[in-house]
Amino acid sequence: MPYVPHTPADRERMLARLGVGSVDELFAEIPAEIIDPEIRLPGPLGEPALLRRAEELAAANAPRAADASFIGAGAYDHLVPAAAAELIRRAEFYTAYTPYQPEMSQGLLQSIYEYQTMVASLTGMDVANASLYDGGTALYEAALMAVRITRGKKRRVVASADINPFRLEVLRTYCRAVEVELVEVPFDTETGAPDAESLAGALDDGTAGLLVQAPNFFGVVSDVSDFAEAAHARGAVLVVDAYPVALSVLRSPGSMGADIVCGEAQSLGLALNFGGPYLGYLAAKKDFVRQMPGRIAGATADTQGRRGFVLTLQTREQHIRREKATSNICSNQALCALQACMTLTLYGKRGFRELGERILAACEYARASLGGLKGCSLPHADPHFNEFVLRTSRPAADVLARLAEAGICGGYALGSSFPRMENDILVALTEKSTRSGVDRYAEVLEGLL
Amino acid sequence: MSVSQKLSFEKSVSGRTGVDLGAPDFPSVDAAAALGGLVRTDAPMLPELSELECVRHFTELSRRNFGVDTAFYPLGSCTMKYNPKVNEAIAADPRFTRLHPLAAAPLSQGTLGMLWELGAWLSEMTGMSEFTLSPMAGAHGEMTGIMLIKACMAARGEAQKRDKILVPDSAHGTNPASAALCGYKVVSVQSDEAGLVDMKALDAACNETVAGIMLTNPNTLGLFETNICKIADLVHSRGGLLYYDGANLNAIVGRARPGDMGFDVAHLNLHKTFATPHGGGGPGAGPVGVSRELARFLPVPFIERRDGAFRMSEDRPESIGRIGAFYGNVAVCLKAHAYIAALGAAGLREASAAAVLNANYLRERLKKSYSLAHDRPCMHEFVLSGADLPGELTTMNVAKRLIDYGFHPPTVYFPLIVKDAIMIEPTETETPETLDDFAAAMEAVRREADESPGLLLDAPTSTPVTRLDEAMAAREADFCWRPDED
Repeated sequence: MPYVPHTPADRERMLARLGVGSVDELFAEIPAEIIDPEIRLPGPLGEPALLRRAEELAAANAPRAADASFIGAGAYDHLVPAAAAELIRRAEFYTAYTPYQPEMSQGLLQSIYEYQTMVASLTGMDVANASLYDGGTALYEAALMAVRITRGKKRRVVASADINPFRLEVLRTYCRAVEVELVEVPFDTETGAPDAESLAGALDDGTAGLLVQAPNFFGVVSDVSDFAEAAHARGAVLVVDAYPVALSVLRSPGSMGADIVCGEAQSLGLALNFGGPYLGYLAAKKDFVRQMPGRIAGATADTQGRRGFVLTLQTREQHIRREKATSNICSNQALCALQACMTLTLYGKRGFRELGERILAACEYARASLGGLKGCSLPHADPHFNEFVLRTSRPAADVLARLAEAGICGGYALGSSFPRMENDILVALTEKSTRSGVDRYAEVLEGLL
Repeated sequence: MSVSQKLSFEKSVSGRTGVDLGAPDFPSVDAAAALGGLVRTDAPMLPELSELECVRHFTELSRRNFGVDTAFYPLGSCTMKYNPKVNEAIAADPRFTRLHPLAAAPLSQGTLGMLWELGAWLSEMTGMSEFTLSPMAGAHGEMTGIMLIKACMAARGEAQKRDKILVPDSAHGTNPASAALCGYKVVSVQSDEAGLVDMKALDAACNETVAGIMLTNPNTLGLFETNICKIADLVHSRGGLLYYDGANLNAIVGRARPGDMGFDVAHLNLHKTFATPHGGGGPGAGPVGVSRELARFLPVPFIERRDGAFRMSEDRPESIGRIGAFYGNVAVCLKAHAYIAALGAAGLREASAAAVLNANYLRERLKKSYSLAHDRPCMHEFVLSGADLPGELTTMNVAKRLIDYGFHPPTVYFPLIVKDAIMIEPTETETPETLDDFAAAMEAVRREADESPGLLLDAPTSTPVTRLDEAMAAREADFCWRPDED
């Protein structure tokens, strides 16, 4: 049997030591009425058969589903640098657990500290945590953190409806569960941006947090300074959900007054993997660190004065504080954070800026090229970073189905999330996009309209 | 292990990079012109290293870390078993990794079919009616499970009156944290002298204000709750539901099913029982299974099979909603799928048998040198106490000294109901020789405690750093590197 090393002689020797006749006797405490049910499963499969079965599954996926793809909507086909993909398979990392014993986990702990440094700097915050499950749960954790910052007296948050609809749905689910009132404010359909006036109007003295996404779901980039001012005037905090790659070329939310920055960091070199594992990140101003959820690494010294790293501020966490913890999170997405750390380290200061500029250029080209076609328009105001809404003269679902026949994954049909946007396609670009790919998209699209 | 410990930032030389994006394909755009006042003017704190320097940096960090592949890792309640390499190889196939979560169903039949099949297998193994694979960790599954209980109580018209969740005092910290987050009052139920749920205490606590009870079985002491069927009858007769924390399923998988015990909701930890890597703290996966009555409340989306084809559906009007942006940690599910396929029902049974045999063997070997919290046969793990160590020595000193013997220490100071607990879970993938070596080390440490306690107090000394000052870390609040620190 795979992975169980015991020989019959081993078993006999061990049972003899225990003074027990058979392994079954060790299960004697399980009541007779429930022990040994019939369990029907296929297998067992030896390694060759297992690989054949996996091959069948893999072959049932489209072989090149990600090629010629312009779909994003919160998950992006970025380059996974080969060096990071290789390094992440170091077994000392991936077969470890949470670094509870810091002396033998300095590798992970130092990488978390480096990751925290990079995330805090990108977002313009003072401190970042070690990771959360994904962008959706990061948004809810940020909302709950806002409630804790206002000492739980305010149980109301206001969110702009142009936040990624999948993440917004997660926020709705959790707000219902933890009994926090969620007010969703419609975005400005003319500009595609958050509606500053309506948002300010929705804030009241009972509001703990204002939540916006920038760039938003439609790729529209906004200045969040006014939102910060409006939130602070009501004693609320501003939470900004930000796409980390965009922060290569965009001002940090922190520099515009955000108090908490969170989001989905799959874009930092993680594969698409049909939705997971991804990487929720959360960063905040230092005054709020004790209200943060999840693990945090901190620098300290050993008995000989050498620098080392530990998990710190653990009195916030469930294994110490139980029902009074800031969050119930235990396992997080540590390996994903490590891979993001590797990716950012590989790019470095210049490489990351270059990455952002490449994406910006690809997006500008695609906007001009696709938006300029007959039957197409660009409904939203500038500027954009990596993603934009393309309005066509026909229902987007039909257009996308026709594009798919030509081998092009043209984007995300916005009608499935926003009923009034039936003719709108959300188009995403990355550094992997090519000019010939965009040109072909334009050519095929032109023939359809 | 080496002692060099520079941060990447401290190795940085301006002008270096480790990624070459090639010649630009699109006409370049001036970022400042395109973005106006929103263009970034401050460079973020990112190091500048060549690709080889990056590779050496992270290789060096990996050498300063310890995993199951390094040596024995008997961390109680965490099931640090071997993570089969073939599962990693399967999950690395680009036909899985490059699939976008919103890809049309015809493009993703392989992954959808795999997820559907895994859900069905988990149902079969646990006796639950249906599973969601969306929860991304055990605690995420717990939160989902508590939401399901709340939804069920609301549907029964009892949401207001049932505002309590019972949790045994031996439970994992995530249990009370998850219940409290959902607005429940957490009532701790004490354990009896045998380490099991005290039936009298349960009888007294379980009334018409209780929505449910969260149980781990076997419990965190490694003891099977022999009264489980009576507990289920009692809780159900008072109108409550039973939640199964699957952290310890590795003890009984293939031999007993939570559904048959009477549980209404169960989460499993694929990164424990089903051999997916713990990843240095994640990603794991915490699928949740439910009884027939609760299936209509499960999260969206879910996978439907129609005419032999699979698709995502959100058609579940009473669902608690979406709990993650997409469909959970799919790549982790793929590894667990491969593991279950490799073992089959007989293999799972043999795995739990070996896990329980290993735990009992090690328990028997160690009970002379350390006091046992409960001296009776255990399931997959057992708990020793460091309370009677001589002088100023504590459980933590034993743990740290074990590091010098080349082992990862057991879980310490948990469960809370055992003073100075040392919680040991060997798992089934370890040989008896390894268990003997570990027992010898534990015995040696116990002798050292009497003869040369300084060895324990100074430990570890074989690691790149010695004991780290945790109080200083909390006080200094240094969470990010800054250049002026040098």
